[in-house]
Amino acid sequence: MEILTQQLFNGLTIGSVYSLVALGLTLVYGILHIPNFAHGALYMLGAYVTLTSMLLWDFNYWLAISISIIVVGLLGVLMERLVFNPLKNAPPIHDKIAAIGILLFLEAFAQLMWGADYRSMSTPYGEVVNIFGTTVTMQRVLINVGAVIVMITLYLFLKKTIVGSTIIAMAQNRKGAHLVGINTNKVAMLTFLISGALAAIAASLSAPINLVFPGMGHLVILKAFVIIILGGMGSIPGAIVGGYILGFSESLGATYISNDYKDIIAFVLLIIILSFKPQGLFSKEGV
Amino acid sequence: MFIETKELTKQFGGLAAVKNVDFAIEKGKINAIIGPNGAGKSTFFNLVSGSYRPTSGQVFYKGENITNLPSNKIAKLGVSRTFQTTNLFEQATVLDNVIVGHRLRTQSNLLDAVLRTKRYKREEKQCRDKAMEVLDFTGLTHITDQLAGSITQEEKKRVAFALALATDPEVVFLDEPAAGINPGETEGLAELMKKMVKKGITVCLIEHKMQMVMKLAEKIMVLNYGEKIAEGTADEVMSNKKVIKAYLGGDASA
Amino acid sequence: MGPLQKKHLIITGLIILAGIFPFINQNDYWLHILTLSFIWMIAVYGLNLLAGYTGYLSLAHAGFFAIGAYSLGLLTVKAGINYWAALVLSCVITSVIGFLIGLISLRTREHFFAIYTLCVGYVIYLVIDKWDSLTGGVRGLIGIPAPSNIGPLSFESTLSQYYLVLFFLLATIFVMYRIVHSLSGRTFIAIRNSEELAGTIGISTMKNKLVVFVLSTFFAGLAGALYASFIRFIGPDIGYTTVIFDLLTYLLVGGIGTLAGPVVGTMLIVSVSQSLQFLQDYRMLIFGPLLTLIIIFYPRGIVGFFSDWYRKRQSTKLQSQKKKQVKSNMDDEDLHEDRVKEG
Repeated sequence: MEILTQQLFNGLTIGSVYSLVALGLTLVYGILHIPNFAHGALYMLGAYVTLTSMLLWDFNYWLAISISIIVVGLLGVLMERLVFNPLKNAPPIHDKIAAIGILLFLEAFAQLMWGADYRSMSTPYGEVVNIFGTTVTMQRVLINVGAVIVMITLYLFLKKTIVGSTIIAMAQNRKGAHLVGINTNKVAMLTFLISGALAAIAASLSAPINLVFPGMGHLVILKAFVIIILGGMGSIPGAIVGGYILGFSESLGATYISNDYKDIIAFVLLIIILSFKPQGLFSKEGV
Repeated sequence: MFIETKELTKQFGGLAAVKNVDFAIEKGKINAIIGPNGAGKSTFFNLVSGSYRPTSGQVFYKGENITNLPSNKIAKLGVSRTFQTTNLFEQATVLDNVIVGHRLRTQSNLLDAVLRTKRYKREEKQCRDKAMEVLDFTGLTHITDQLAGSITQEEKKRVAFALALATDPEVVFLDEPAAGINPGETEGLAELMKKMVKKGITVCLIEHKMQMVMKLAEKIMVLNYGEKIAEGTADEVMSNKKVIKAYLGGDASA
Repeated sequence: MGPLQKKHLIITGLIILAGIFPFINQNDYWLHILTLSFIWMIAVYGLNLLAGYTGYLSLAHAGFFAIGAYSLGLLTVKAGINYWAALVLSCVITSVIGFLIGLISLRTREHFFAIYTLCVGYVIYLVIDKWDSLTGGVRGLIGIPAPSNIGPLSFESTLSQYYLVLFFLLATIFVMYRIVHSLSGRTFIAIRNSEELAGTIGISTMKNKLVVFVLSTFFAGLAGALYASFIRFIGPDIGYTTVIFDLLTYLLVGGIGTLAGPVVGTMLIVSVSQSLQFLQDYRMLIFGPLLTLIIIFYPRGIVGFFSDWYRKRQSTKLQSQKKKQVKSNMDDEDLHEDRVKEG
């Protein structure tokens, strides 16, 4: 029983991280219809920026995260301006390849800057607490609470502010949004900013319980893609629910099926889904 | 009946884009479908040519039920169409673009292509000859060797016609053939359509330019909000009150 | 001399150069690099047929490359089958797996297809990595034999392997040339341009896409099998996503959807990588942005750039010739008029 609650809590924690990453990916997809393969690199850089700020300048954890959010968010904006905006009307194969180019560059860049070694990030929240009879570290609690706060903030921003509602409007209909006078360029930049910030938060929160290395984004981004296909490309609630579903299935699968193959679960799930629903679950197209 | 639709309906989500449309396309004539923007004209085309599956209703071609056939099978039966915008392979010549139009009448496979078998050579010549024939028919012989990316808008329209004709169709559906070209060029396309009918090919077009339709079409159907509101000759349709209301922006249901 | 003859001359020249290269350059190291490049080219041609000519960006091809390599490795090392039989079987196995995956994945389009195949590629990698008892896991598979003798021909030396791989490369290019310049090739291009239009001119898109997919996995498998017998050792990393990104870089830089692209891109990137040895793992610092810049500014790569440039030059030449002709005609008329006046 204790193992089960422990694993459920683990699933919740992994799910929180997945959801945050998937949220950024689904926002960009919903608005610009770009499957941003470079999103995993943003996640990886988020962890490195936080780590560096803490080690190099001795910043405290929260200040380091704030810096990471700003840096990675701006990097997202830069990507939109320099790469995706010029490719707006190009054939669909092009933006994917461009994104892969960015991904390769950022990974090599990280390796050059920080080396290929696995690094660990220290956290001020290392103490162990007891919740519902299971012992967990404070950091894991922080990941869950942090993720929920971020999700609520994002929700309020999108629903209750004018800027946020323009994002929603554009996600629903880009041409229409342009016609009613929404500056689609600004919205696109803002979306990339938010997407980068979400990746930075997810990475900075989860880095202390994982390791930091140049390839750390690979698996996460692949799984985030699975999640947004699961939850509907462009759907915000879908990304959150999908993230938690995958988190739970992985942590339970690791315990009860095989730890070696736990990373395959997501892909097998995806292959099954797309085999039956080639347009993804919850596809909007009527045909 | 040549082509007939029975209670053809297509719903997107909760909205009916085409609703219970009965229409017959008459052989050897120029038929036209008109209607205000968003009246469901293109959807109707897509249903007949197999690009969409109808929600309910049937499509018959020469008495055969083709409702659930995929578009490539419908094309083989002799139903061809053009699109509002034609995606040509711009880095290839006009001739190269049209040759593939006759592919559906050939049998040769990849192995034939690699080994350049007799069958392959015969069929390639057959496709090439067909392409030259339809390019001649559409008045494009002077640009066969130009890149598709470098020709004018009107020439692109004609290439789209040629591509449709290369499939050896009995009926051709034309989706707004005169969109984006000037009146003089429109006249030329109208002549081309008449020429097609003379050759025994039935024509059915969607068009916004009313003048062109009224002069050209022998049978017209008017769609509004997905429903057929009138059908008949140009004169009959023009004097129909529902049609006048729909076009003048009045309340059609009144 | 017409452009076609010129082209044939260049191609013949290149083949001869590739043929006599080992005699010009006695350096075994370069022979090794060149052989490897040829192997990559075969895989890139497979990818090109699918992504370049048919418009389906597969990110699973590193996986198919690995399937080809591991099939050959396992069949020769563990099952002890004759090399040539194993080579044929490896291609067949890869194609059959390709057929099954294509059957499902080709129902998806665009982004879904790319994501789907990326995941398929990753699953293949994970299976190879984790299935210790079969594949040897991270330790890899060692002792893969070189191609066995065919009569008096032996393939133990680097030189003989060079010619063997060159032979397969030339065969690949020949097949690709024939396909691209055929009705089938035109059919694939029509699908790339618009699947909807292709359908309405009577093309069965699913059937054609499946044929292309299987064929492209066949070439990926062939390249993998040749790689295994050339390097003699394989590990799971040959199926990792970095390999597909390398292949894509070769293809994009050379020119996606062009026949010469795979050769040009692979040769260029491999030789640049060699002279940038000091960069090693950081080569993507240069190639990553290069990939992005090329797709923005020259979507058809180096070959596309030059063929556009060549065509433009031809057409301006043609136009100026026409102008000259018109002018001389006018001159003639002037003369004529003058004569009339004089008369």
